[in-house]
Formats: sequence, structure tokens, C-alpha cells
Amino acid sequence: MSTAFDHPVYNYKVVKQFAIMTVVWGIVGMAVGVLIAAQLAWPALNFDTPWLSFGRLRPLHTNAVIFAFGGSALFATSYYVVQRTCQARLFSDTLASFTFWGWNLVIVLAAITLPMGLTSTKEYAELEWPIDILIAIVWVAYCVNFLGTITKRKQPHIYVANWFFAAFMIMIAVLHIGNNLALPVTLTKSYSIYAGTVDAMVQWWYGHNAVGFFLTAGFLGIMYYFVPKQAERPVYSYRLSIVHFWALISLYVWAGAHHLHYSALPDWAQTAGMVMSLVLLAPSWGGMINGMMTLSGAWHKLRTDPILRFLVVSLSFYGMSTFEGPMMSIKTVNALSHNTDWTIGHVHSGALGWVAMVSIGAMYHLIPIMFGRKAGEMYSTSLINTHFWLATIGTVLYIAAMWVNGIMQGLMWRAVNADGTLTYSFVQSVEASHPGYVVRVIGGALFLTGMLIMAYNVYKTVSDSNKALAAAQA
Amino acid sequence: MDINVIRGLGTVFALFAFLCIVAWAYSSRRKDRFEDDGMIPFQEDDDMPNKEAVDSSSKQNNTRDDKGSE
Repeated sequence: MSTAFDHPVYNYKVVKQFAIMTVVWGIVGMAVGVLIAAQLAWPALNFDTPWLSFGRLRPLHTNAVIFAFGGSALFATSYYVVQRTCQARLFSDTLASFTFWGWNLVIVLAAITLPMGLTSTKEYAELEWPIDILIAIVWVAYCVNFLGTITKRKQPHIYVANWFFAAFMIMIAVLHIGNNLALPVTLTKSYSIYAGTVDAMVQWWYGHNAVGFFLTAGFLGIMYYFVPKQAERPVYSYRLSIVHFWALISLYVWAGAHHLHYSALPDWAQTAGMVMSLVLLAPSWGGMINGMMTLSGAWHKLRTDPILRFLVVSLSFYGMSTFEGPMMSIKTVNALSHNTDWTIGHVHSGALGWVAMVSIGAMYHLIPIMFGRKAGEMYSTSLINTHFWLATIGTVLYIAAMWVNGIMQGLMWRAVNADGTLTYSFVQSVEASHPGYVVRVIGGALFLTGMLIMAYNVYKTVSDSNKALAAAQA
Repeated sequence: MDINVIRGLGTVFALFAFLCIVAWAYSSRRKDRFEDDGMIPFQEDDDMPNKEAVDSSSKQNNTRDDKGSE
């Protein structure tokens, strides 16, 4: 990649690399998502090939969108934000490129091993032990590089975004290593050191905090820098952001048990998980309101700035899914929603609406800067606007279809006749879900189309900048 | 001491610590300081080293009308 736009003080090379890969992996991960969504509507689309079967591609989709797309966005933004708010170059350029190449190697290995059927079967932690070790090494290098940059800062205060980024990466190191402890049998097979219910509890301590720290704390770090920058005004209340930080990180770790309602987990642990999930509403909405209110007095900017629209709508979806989550963790609600498509809809209202949209907004702000332009000055603003509407309509179609399907499935499964027999067989509920599955494919395809438009816009921005620079230097 | 007494004390301590954080963050003595800290993202110039070159060149070559919002 060209070094023509490198910053005199900061390391922008690694930011640029991860920013470009955010778009690339976003397209790959979402394309796999659209394919497997289509397989649920039309099962013949697995072509009777084991490598293309739903069970193997589903973990590929989740790993690609969470760790490849979301991970690249977090690496790019955290490296960018920590340098600019600490006013110091990254601790080590070598570690920075090690994290870039190491992380991408992990993704490529995942893309090879998961379709081959090599899996530890732990959700969102499917990769086998040699890859887990590589992840741990890359992740520790990332922590050292980030925290090292904070220690050499010129700015005496550590800006709140860096607190969120630091909590995210330290906690992910703990969770990843804790959950993946395993006894290797061969190079490609291992068994968890935990057994039975304890294994399930450790898995969901990990699983829920992958949501809480990877997909929430990290992206709140993005929010606390990029929303103020794009709105051109400081965050609504810096004091609230401090309380938000401590409340969020101290509460999230207790909520994982809500994934195991009505299981072999002791009842008191299920109830504790439910109560902590309800309490979580307070910090979640505190942060959401803090981000939204940053726009007070600047709401008119939403009319002309589609990047700001991405950021604000992401906060609306964040608020919505952090209300829905505590509600679904209530045991009586969970009795209806558990194992239905409602859960998938909830996850995607967070993943598409919050995580993807805030990342896309941040990328549109940051990528032009990486190529010698003003913040947000992409090749085409109207294409950003098109992307915004495709993403919003796609997300709404997706989650609405899953709500309808989920509640219908829950009601069909619990319906009983007067003599106590089940009213519907399972396959009847599958049949009834077909229209919702088709709507989901349409929603996902719209979202993916938006990403392809983004890729074109990024490509034109980069090539225009390179041409302009070459002309200026000639 | 009974393990449940220790657990109870742990909860009380966590609540106390959290209230201390709230009191610290919202004390009027730190109002100005935190307002300044909120301005940290705006202390850095957004310009890039080759920005002038790109700008001057794109002014001559650029004919499209859908440029950025500014």
C-alpha cells in the first residue's frame, strides 16, 4: 500500500490497512450470511456439499462478521483514536503490523478450517486450539501496543473512548483464554477442560461478554470519539460517560446465565443472571442517551450528513436492542422466545443496526483522512446516503421477519390440545416460517448491497486521491 | 466468617465504590476539568500532510458535483 499519505507523527499505515479490511471482510461475512439465510428458505442451496452445509457455514458467518469485520473496525478505530487522543505515536510499529498480519492469518485459517468441519463446537469460539493460541498471542500483542501507547501519552487525561477500548481488549483476553482452555488430542481436535453444566456456564460467561465487551464496550469507544467528531461538538456529558463506563463494565460480566434459562443450571444462578440483565438496562441507556444528546443543537446536520445519520441510527438500534435484551432475559418471556428466531432477530438488531452501522459511520469519517482528504469527504456523499437507506431498510426487514417468525414459533410450540397433546408438530412451525425466511434473505441482501456500494465509494476515493497526488507531484 | 457474610459485604462494598465514583464524577469542583477533557478529540488538526497537494489538484481536475458536504 502507498505510503504517500502517511502522517509525520502517527502510524496511519496500520489504521489504513485495517480500515480497508473492514470493508472487505464485511462483504465476505455478510455474503456468507445471505447465502445461509437463503439455504434456510431454499435448502437445495447447500448443493449437497458438506463444505457448503448450513452447520459449517453458520460459524464461518458469525466469526467473519464479528471477528473479521467487527474486529478490523475495532483495530482500525482504536489505533486511530488512541494516537490522536494521547497525542503520541503507537508504542510499536512492529507490533502494529504483527497484529494486522496475525489477525488476518487467523481469519484465513478460520475460513479454511470451519468449512472443513473442524470445530470445538463452542458458539463464537469454534476455532480449534492451534488457532486459539495464535489469537491469544496476537491479542496480547494488541493489548501491549494499545496500553503502551497510553503510557507514553502527552495528553495527561486518558479520554473516555480509550477507557472503553482498554476494557474491551483486556476483558476479551481473559474471556478468550478462560473459555478455550482445552486438552488437545490431535492437531485439529481438542476437548474443553470444563464438563457438563460448568462448561455451559463458562461458555455463556464468554459468549455474553463477547457481546458485552467485543460488540458493546469496543463499539462504545468508537461512539465516544466519532459521534462528537462528526457532530463537531463534545459529548453531551463527560461526567455521565465516566459513570457509564464503570457501571457498564462492572455489570455485564454477571448476565451470561440468561442464556441458560430452564436448563440444568441451578435456578438461583438463572435468576441472578436475569436480575443482572435487567439492571444492565440503566448503563446501556445512559450511554445511548449520552451519544444521542451530543447532537442537541445540531439536529439539523442530520438533514445533510448521511455519515452522522449512520451514527445516530446506530444509537437508536443500540437503545432498542438493549431494551429488548433485558426483556428477553426475564424468565417468563424467555420461555416463549428461547430457541426461536426472535433470538436471531435480537442479535441482528444489535449486529446490523448498532455494530455494523456505527462501524460504517466511523469508516466513512476516517477513510478519507487516511487518503489526504477532510474527514468524511468521500468520493460521493449521495452514495453514502444510498448505503444508509439500504442498510436501514435491510435491518428493519430482517428483524421484523424474525420477530414475526420467533413469536409464531414460540406460540406454536407451546400450543396444546384439550387432551394435553401438542397442537402442532415441529415441522409445521418450520413450514409456517418460510415467508419470514424469504423476507430475511431480502433484508440481508439489501444490507449486503449497501456494503458493495461502500466498497465502490472507497475504491473511487482512494484512486482519486492517488491520482490527485500524482498530478500534484508531477 | 460465613462465606455468605463475605459475599454480602462484597456487594455492599461494590455499591459503595460505585457511589464514590458517581460522587467523584459529579462533584462541582471537577466540573470545568471534565468539560475540558470532553474537548480532547478536538485538540488535533484533521489535516493530512499531502492535503494541500490533493486539494489544489482536485480543484483543477474535479468536475463532479457530488463532493463531500462542505
